[in-house]
Amino acid sequence: MTWHHHHVLDLDDFSREEIEAVLETASAMKEVLTRPVPKVHTLRGKRVFSLFYEPSTRTRASFELAAKTLSAEVVGITAQVSSVVKGESLLDTIKTLEALGADAIVLRHPEAGAPYLAARYCRASIVNAGDGAHAHPTQALLDIFSLRQRLGDLEGLKVVIVGDILHSRVARSNIWGLKALGARVVLSGPPTLLPMSFADAYAGVEVEWDLERALEGAGAVIALRLQWERQQDLIPSLEEYVAFYQLNAQRLSRARPGAPILHPGPVNEGVEIDPEVARGPQSLIDEQVTNGVAVRMALLYLLLGGAHE
Amino acid sequence: MSDLILISGGRLMDPGQGLDGVRDILVGKGRVLWIGHGPPPQEPEKVLQGRGLVVSPGFVDLHCHLREPGQEEKETMASGTLAACRGGFTTVCAMPNTRPPVDSPPLVEFLKDKASREGLVRVLPVGALTRGRAGKELVEMEAMARAGAVAFSDDGHPTGSRIMRQALEFSRYLGLPVMDHCEDPEIAQEGQVNEGVVSLRLGLRGMPSQAEEAAVARDVAVAGLTGGHVHIHHVSSQGSLEHIRRGKEKGVKVTCEATPHHLTLTEDSLLAPIPYDTNLKVNPPLRSEQERKALAQALREGLIDAVATDHAPHSLVDKLVEFSRAGPGMSNLETALGSLMALVHRGELDLLTLVARLTVGPARILGKELGSLKVGWPADVVIFDPDREWTVDPQALASRGKNTPLAGEKLKGKVMATLVGGKAAYLDPSLKLEVPESRKAKI
Repeated sequence: MTWHHHHVLDLDDFSREEIEAVLETASAMKEVLTRPVPKVHTLRGKRVFSLFYEPSTRTRASFELAAKTLSAEVVGITAQVSSVVKGESLLDTIKTLEALGADAIVLRHPEAGAPYLAARYCRASIVNAGDGAHAHPTQALLDIFSLRQRLGDLEGLKVVIVGDILHSRVARSNIWGLKALGARVVLSGPPTLLPMSFADAYAGVEVEWDLERALEGAGAVIALRLQWERQQDLIPSLEEYVAFYQLNAQRLSRARPGAPILHPGPVNEGVEIDPEVARGPQSLIDEQVTNGVAVRMALLYLLLGGAHE
Repeated sequence: MSDLILISGGRLMDPGQGLDGVRDILVGKGRVLWIGHGPPPQEPEKVLQGRGLVVSPGFVDLHCHLREPGQEEKETMASGTLAACRGGFTTVCAMPNTRPPVDSPPLVEFLKDKASREGLVRVLPVGALTRGRAGKELVEMEAMARAGAVAFSDDGHPTGSRIMRQALEFSRYLGLPVMDHCEDPEIAQEGQVNEGVVSLRLGLRGMPSQAEEAAVARDVAVAGLTGGHVHIHHVSSQGSLEHIRRGKEKGVKVTCEATPHHLTLTEDSLLAPIPYDTNLKVNPPLRSEQERKALAQALREGLIDAVATDHAPHSLVDKLVEFSRAGPGMSNLETALGSLMALVHRGELDLLTLVARLTVGPARILGKELGSLKVGWPADVVIFDPDREWTVDPQALASRGKNTPLAGEKLKGKVMATLVGGKAAYLDPSLKLEVPESRKAKI
């Protein structure tokens, strides 16, 4: 099995083979989760800290459940980014966790690049659970895992990612992962949330501001959460956004029949997605949550158990 | 009393008086006494062997942060001016963004006094442009000029249009430049890196070069209106250069500087080998290779008048943080020549032009008898080996700011000796001031 990572910071340094390795391992982990007693001893004695500088329910619960299912010791820490210069810095905290015997630190942070700083000065494996607008590799892997389970091979598949691409770490990591597996990635959203230069930043990725055109023949759609409270300056009104960028049945009819719909959650029903679509047969939203645990188990196993023993 | 020193056999490059060739120089009493071949008119007490080395006027830095008063953990007068010596700079303009900012005559006096006691090179105070650098009220420019301020700048903050207009009216009267950190804040939106491919990939807020260009265009227009002298700090984009070129062509008094890092590095280094390296965080941000090339060309042509280091030392804790929380700037004084020499070694710039932009170029902006080794002028001299390789070790820097992205890099071009006012302020261990044989015989 191809695996050489000590940290998981983003998918930009993952080869197709490495992604395949994660997906394969995740399938085995998903089987574990269906057992009457879903617990294995693989990571007994390993210490996993989850260090969250941003509120999160699902990602955090998913990671902690994944680690516990593998019998690791799990300690969750909710931290505050101190606005005071003399406050405890990220590195101080990371070094403390290292001294406490951390084998892996699952880090969520509001600033892009924070996990890279941590990884540079820490022996424990850093798993990026979302850094600012930069990356959310485990979300992308679980999205890809969910698509693979539903569709099989993704080679040549047109995947539309719609919403606030500019501020989306989910979109950025999905771009790397989907490209590595040969999918065709089309980004859609209003111009202030989707600069045209995304097409230059990621070779082969297409930018289409008109959602209806973007959806033409799409094989899968990832809708992103609109963080209205943050984006008030960048879109004229919520109504305008809903009118042109909400994923609804009528727009979806342009995609391939049965094209799966994903959303990283939590969903603003009636904003970025119509509730009927979110709960309809094409929606993978609930499966994504289950698959998230399997994928995170796979990563923790590969980082802490698999390759080393 | 300084010794009579003869620098013999070096290649004298003094673009200020059109000299490039092997010459001997005799200095004494702080001044240049003689330039020529053969026996000097007076017998020297010491000789510095310059064979195989370049001898040029000491470099003049228009833009340097010495951090005193108030931020001595980042730099002090002593450490910053020692760094300047080692980098070949014999004059540095100290930026006023200190704590408190240098925004009144007594603070200018304080800085001059501090420099005269602890400084190893000439330190010229740049006054703040507005009280407290708050951008609201103009400082007492005339009083500060009389106290010794050589220019005015709110560097670090952009300047509003009303203040710029008032300041440039005084600039015309006082004959001193107003320096501007050009950044339209509404366009810049607190961007962390250049806007484009790299900002999108890193998920950091982008600051487009147009934020700079808009402010440069405004400055050129207001300088034209008032007849004042506007100097553009750390120009980083081709678009800004076009505005400056048009201004110069129309006879507007506009000058500009570029930093070693904007001339040699690009935003791509933020992606690898160390992603989000906070030592690469500067304002204005590193731009694309295309912009860098345009800057190098403009430096060659003389559209860019001067290289200025924007030496911005920071303590470790200012840089060992998340990228968006890190202080902007690099510790540049000691690596400036070595990194700029890369442009010469790869043929982007000739050596004489580089020396001009480090000496006579900035000196003309200040309007002072500096940056050239004319007989009777201050004996501020740098002697450097354009081909000597050395490896950057941040811990070995004299500056308190170890924040260089060049750690471990091999640079080709090294300062061997620096004379300030005729006195050896820095000597590489391999060089010695020798007593001449003839003199030894007499003793």
